[in-house]
Amino acid sequence: MINSPFVRKAASVQQVMLQVLLALVPGIAAYVWFFGAGILVQLALASAAALAGEAAMLAIRGKPKALFLGDLSAIVTAWLIALTFPPIVPWWLTVTATLLAIVVVKQLYGGLGQNPFNPAMAAFCLMIVAYPALMSQWPAAGQLDFSSQLQLIFGGARQVDAITGATPLDALRTALRAAANPDSQLHGLRAAQLMDGPAYGMLGGKGGEWVTLGFLLGGLWLLQRRIITWHIPGAFCLALAASAGLLWAVRPEGFASPVFHLASGGAMLGAFFILTDPVSGATTPRGKLLFAAGAGVLTFVIRAFGAYPDGVAFATLLMNLCVPLIDMNTQAPVFGHKKD
Amino acid sequence: MLRKLFKFHGGVKPQTNKVQSTTQPIAPVPLPERLVIPLHQAVGGHPRPLVAPGDKVFKGQRIGGADGSLSSAVHASTSGIVRDVAPALMPHTSGLTTLSVVIEPDGEDRWGELDKVNYRTTPPDELRDFLRDAGVVGLGGAVFPSYAKLKPGKEGRLKTLVINGAECEPFITCDDLLMRERAADMLKGIVAMRHMLQAEEVLIGIEDNKPEAVAAVQTAIAASGQTGIEAVAIPTRYPAGGAKQLIRVLTGIEVPHGRRSTDFGVQCFNVGTAYSIFEALEFGRPLISRVVTVAGNVDLPRNYEVLIGTPMDHVVRLSGARADTDRYIMGGPMMGVRLPAFDVPVVKATNCILVGSPALFPPPPPEMPCIRCGECAKACPADLAPFEMYWFSRSKNFGKAQEYHLFDCIECGCCSFVCPSHIPLVDYFRFSKSEIWARERDKSSSDAARDRFEFKNFRQEREKQEKAEKLAAKAAATREKVAADSQAGTANPAAEAPDTAKPTAPSAEDTKRALIAAAMEKARQQKAQVAPKNTEQLSAETQADIDAIEARRAVSAATPPTPDA
Ligand code: SF4
Ligand code: SF4
Repeated sequence: MINSPFVRKAASVQQVMLQVLLALVPGIAAYVWFFGAGILVQLALASAAALAGEAAMLAIRGKPKALFLGDLSAIVTAWLIALTFPPIVPWWLTVTATLLAIVVVKQLYGGLGQNPFNPAMAAFCLMIVAYPALMSQWPAAGQLDFSSQLQLIFGGARQVDAITGATPLDALRTALRAAANPDSQLHGLRAAQLMDGPAYGMLGGKGGEWVTLGFLLGGLWLLQRRIITWHIPGAFCLALAASAGLLWAVRPEGFASPVFHLASGGAMLGAFFILTDPVSGATTPRGKLLFAAGAGVLTFVIRAFGAYPDGVAFATLLMNLCVPLIDMNTQAPVFGHKKD
Repeated sequence: MLRKLFKFHGGVKPQTNKVQSTTQPIAPVPLPERLVIPLHQAVGGHPRPLVAPGDKVFKGQRIGGADGSLSSAVHASTSGIVRDVAPALMPHTSGLTTLSVVIEPDGEDRWGELDKVNYRTTPPDELRDFLRDAGVVGLGGAVFPSYAKLKPGKEGRLKTLVINGAECEPFITCDDLLMRERAADMLKGIVAMRHMLQAEEVLIGIEDNKPEAVAAVQTAIAASGQTGIEAVAIPTRYPAGGAKQLIRVLTGIEVPHGRRSTDFGVQCFNVGTAYSIFEALEFGRPLISRVVTVAGNVDLPRNYEVLIGTPMDHVVRLSGARADTDRYIMGGPMMGVRLPAFDVPVVKATNCILVGSPALFPPPPPEMPCIRCGECAKACPADLAPFEMYWFSRSKNFGKAQEYHLFDCIECGCCSFVCPSHIPLVDYFRFSKSEIWARERDKSSSDAARDRFEFKNFRQEREKQEKAEKLAAKAAATREKVAADSQAGTANPAAEAPDTAKPTAPSAEDTKRALIAAAMEKARQQKAQVAPKNTEQLSAETQADIDAIEARRAVSAATPPTPDA
């Protein structure tokens, strides 16, 4: 090296990504505990597809393969796909989604660092539009053993409707809508009463809430390691809780509590692992607050009024679109130009 | 009483590596064979030469006169004969030459006549002229002529005089040792500056990793009976020693880019500068030497009092550079410049000769794309968004880069230091600045033009060097192949007689190594003999140098010309 600085901190993209992967482990462990080892198969499938897709694209683009495969960013995308998709989607869906994410959303936009959209969330949205049924079948905790999971993943014909249901988020929304209907037998019941069933735990969906807590734990570790800052998870959780809390306070019979929203679906995964993706997210401190708060509100709106089981993916993509605008308008004043 | 300190944004904490060079006091350096004194050593115009080859000069005699509105004089560092006034390599990455006076010392080290002034009775203008002619410039590295900064602002008086003893760059300890050993005299210089600036208070900022220096300065202040002068320990965080950062830490004032700090009632000088002002006023001695840290890949890191113009390798030899040394860096590892040769002269800007090796300063891992993680922005003490500037610099969108305040960048290197993608961000900013200067040539001052020229050359030089490195690698491969072939082949005369300086390709490498080893061993022995004394054994020391040089010459004669280098 010819120019200063001649010393550098021992930091690398690979290290950052590795820590993100490590931080996912507690959530994954809870996932396996409550929902079975099928998710591990999905993680492996997605990882293999991601590496293959990345390697092929790097070869075509003439980039050094070892360097870029070793940065682990593809694996992070793969794991986020596996963790946000239902654990029993057929193998080809996981593989297709991962390839789409890596080849189209990431590499065709220029590879690492260039993609305006979060690859995993883009894949999620594409798949839920293309295969709404498959993307909405979630087994309840403890419902399926490993072999039936394998069968669902690799088997041909599926008769899943009989054995799986919607996510607790989805189910509660449906129930709440029903409760609002005077003709329904659920009429007049409140969220708390609706949540009395076996599908629900203390905070959110049964089992699912522990997975969410696992991700929260990993996220806090990332915060402590300074891989991420508090801005995005903080603003996201606050905005989601505030918008959910507002409507819940006004009409408790029509809406789920903020705690339920935070503990369900992809909330924690989104707050600490998805929205915090530096490449597709806002970069300035104020921008991060805006970006994540927007995603929080959108997530709630889509969950409460939309047709999809969860809102994190769409909210992320919508906010990804706003990033250039947000970043441009939130540049902090530079040294000597601050108004105290 | 605890003073309220302020924080600056960002900053980093590289390994300080300072203790190694603080165990020994500042040492003198034996006179070198020749001194090469560049005439242009400070910011501003080029001083004109006042001597010609053959002239006899005294120590402290002016050899370069200040020229233009901003300039600073240059002096002979010892007595002797002027051998040449010609361009010589300057201590800068560019590898450019600059007009220099070559002096062969006569060994008497005799001062010429020196005039002193009483700063209390001399009118300020005369005092400033005196300091200009004494060649006093900022010794923190910026080498800005001090006289030009010794004017109080519009109001005729200054609120705070900040004295910079922070010394935040890793490895460098010259200010630390100066404060430890010469605090009282330095303080006299500070008092004079305070008088010139009519400063209400004086704050001496010292990073808290130098408790000895803080204590020494505090003791000196107490002993002097001065009031309104305070030595303040500030948190250790690079670049706390940047003038703007230090002013911010001590006073809370942020001086924007392009504004004079006196407009805000503050002025900042380095502790070394204060000491040289003392020397100039008290004894009439111009700035002809300075404290220089020799650190890094050496056996005995320490500080030396070095005459300006001394070849760097002459100083480094005293500390014993290790065998794998591959470069000298002037300054510290964060902002220092890599030097084009080992024998470039020590100049007024030389606070440290950092001896480098591939092991000590390994090349960075391969550069990856920016992942917009924002680490660089978090670390930037100028509150910039380096990755945005990087983006626009890369795409040569210089207007946009300027919109993101490119010129507020102080090139501290924090961003490159933290980047997980190992992007040489500062390089991009230096490049962009030079390109913008190039485009604004018509409007730019002569100074900016010089910088631009330097940068352009430095770019070309880099390209050249990269090419040379590739060629050298190729040549080495060829040599190895030849060697392997010849070993497999018949007996080879040079292999039997490695001492002969016959240019034979296969064993030349071995010959060279053996010769260097022998010469170095001899030099080491001779140095071991002279180690306890310094100046008396000068001739032996010089002899050792000569031997080493002769050996190297013989070696280079023995080295076969490489086919494609
Ligand atoms: S630290 Fe490096 S990778 Fe991160 S935003 Fe800055 S330039 Fe990009
Ligand atoms: S080199 Fe410039 S951009 Fe980088 S951290 Fe320092 S001031 Fe900021």
